[in-house]
Amino acid sequence: MARAVDIVTGVEPKDAAEAMLIAPRRRRPWLRYLWRDKKALIGLIVLVVMAVAAVFASYVAPYDPNDQAFEFLSPPSGAHLLGTDDLGRDLLSRIIYGARVSLSVGVITVSLAMVVGVLMGLLAGFYGGWIDNLIMRYIDLQWAFPNFIIAVYLVAVFGTGLANVIVAIALAFLDDFARVMRGMVLSIREEEYVMAARAVGVSNVGILLRHVLPNATAPIIVQATVSVSYAILAEASLSFLGLGVKPSTPTWGLILSDARTFISRAWWLGVFPGLAIMITVLSINFLGDALRDMFDVREYQEVQR
Amino acid sequence: MTRYIVKRTFYALVVVWAVATLVFFMLRAVPGDPFQAMLADVDPEAAVALRHKLGLDRPTYIQYLLWFGRLFQGDMGNSIYGSNQAVSQIIREAFPRTIALASLAFIASLVLAISAGIISAVKKHSLLDHIFTLAAFLGLSMPDFWMGILLIIVFAVRLHWLPAIGYVPLSKGFWPWFSHLLMPAIAAGTPFSAIIARMTRSAMLEVLKTDYIKVARAKGLQERTVIFVHALKNALIPVVTVMGIAFALLMSGTVIVENVFAIQGLGRVLIQGILNRDYPVVQGAILVVSVIFVFTNLLVDILYTVIDPRIRYE
Repeated sequence: MARAVDIVTGVEPKDAAEAMLIAPRRRRPWLRYLWRDKKALIGLIVLVVMAVAAVFASYVAPYDPNDQAFEFLSPPSGAHLLGTDDLGRDLLSRIIYGARVSLSVGVITVSLAMVVGVLMGLLAGFYGGWIDNLIMRYIDLQWAFPNFIIAVYLVAVFGTGLANVIVAIALAFLDDFARVMRGMVLSIREEEYVMAARAVGVSNVGILLRHVLPNATAPIIVQATVSVSYAILAEASLSFLGLGVKPSTPTWGLILSDARTFISRAWWLGVFPGLAIMITVLSINFLGDALRDMFDVREYQEVQR
Repeated sequence: MTRYIVKRTFYALVVVWAVATLVFFMLRAVPGDPFQAMLADVDPEAAVALRHKLGLDRPTYIQYLLWFGRLFQGDMGNSIYGSNQAVSQIIREAFPRTIALASLAFIASLVLAISAGIISAVKKHSLLDHIFTLAAFLGLSMPDFWMGILLIIVFAVRLHWLPAIGYVPLSKGFWPWFSHLLMPAIAAGTPFSAIIARMTRSAMLEVLKTDYIKVARAKGLQERTVIFVHALKNALIPVVTVMGIAFALLMSGTVIVENVFAIQGLGRVLIQGILNRDYPVVQGAILVVSVIFVFTNLLVDILYTVIDPRIRYE
């Protein structure tokens, strides 16, 4: 009988008839795939736990992140699992609340970058000509620098603050999406089904939305996953440099920045927030690797930070 | 080859010019200038006078032409903050620090990463290989500034081996200079090492499978000669291809890490300029930082054609 395999094992059905037999049995192969890739599974679990903790921070966190106990710089203990900072605030609670900013900035910036970048890539690849030229010249300009440096330049222009940091990171990351998308469009444009669609009179917009875009989903998803981890690192770095959120808001980068003054007396302030960043980024990277294997996307740009 | 280099150099100059120009106009297009922030509420007249003195009340394109003209005379304007130091002077002082830090980071992490990569490939699946693999994964996932903080906690606070922050010029002696730069260099070079080590490992594994390595071994060459002369030379070619990306990470790491270790290099000048809304300093720093990025990239590309004669650019 038909083996319920396809992208999971890479075994291809022998003929069309068999393919039809297999097709209805394809049930959530990604879940099974994930189950086999333990690193990705761990990554996903960690991320889900973090996201839940971030959303329900007010229930999960043992203290209010800005509550000041009269225990300044106290080391990790039963009462304060990760210790307290110079103002007596509970470090664990601040890290949990910090996850809100870090995770949401990562997701929001990459979503923005994805929408705009994909649109730019679509236009450039599909229409070609001067539109392509104009868009690609700009993309090339950004390509000459790492995303983080572009983000710093943009913050220099827009000014500091969380909103500006979000816009800066989003703009800094859009070139990766535009490049991936344009490459996909250029190859898909020549496919027979696109020609067929054109022959039966489907409009340009129709072709773009119904044929080109769905076929480009996999590499875009992979790119988005990788980008989120670098966007989180970028936000943490900008916050650390003092270019991001206002001092009272807890974010991982800012907690580390504040910690600098006290690390000679309070190592925990310098260790745990960074650990939170690293675990998050590592988890996303594990997940990204698994997605890349699953979708069989060749590596466009392994490192863009 | 010469044509290629000339073409690429020209292109690099265009990129730097475009960045500088975009930044110049965008800085002025965004509402609210530094004097508004500093003086407008306190003393509106002084703000107007100061803006006039610095030429900020002229049309933007005139400001741009003036700025561009002066740039060729090495004049980048004066800082509007503190003692109004000349931007060119600030940059002249910061530049060698950044170069020293980046070079040390580059050399240290290159040696470390290539050794680790070779060991990993030769002793595949050994304990050391697993340790290096894990280290590379962590190195790519940790922010460089956190690496800096961890190093300070361990080597400065706990062990008292190295000074925590600051910079001492080389003229004051090698050890003071080196001891101040060692931790920042490691922190800035971490992602670079991670990439290079992984690439060296996989490239070495590929090369070690080839026939000419078998021949080299079969004719009785020492294993050391096989690895370092025959294999490594060819394995380095793919490593150079990721060098551009890796080096860009190292440079952006330098920008951040200078701020951790209080080294008054270009990165710190840039960030402080941004925080103070010090336009002339920001413009100058972005210009010089961009030059470094674009031209190191160019250098890597040229290096690539030099070490791999199979590559020919028209």
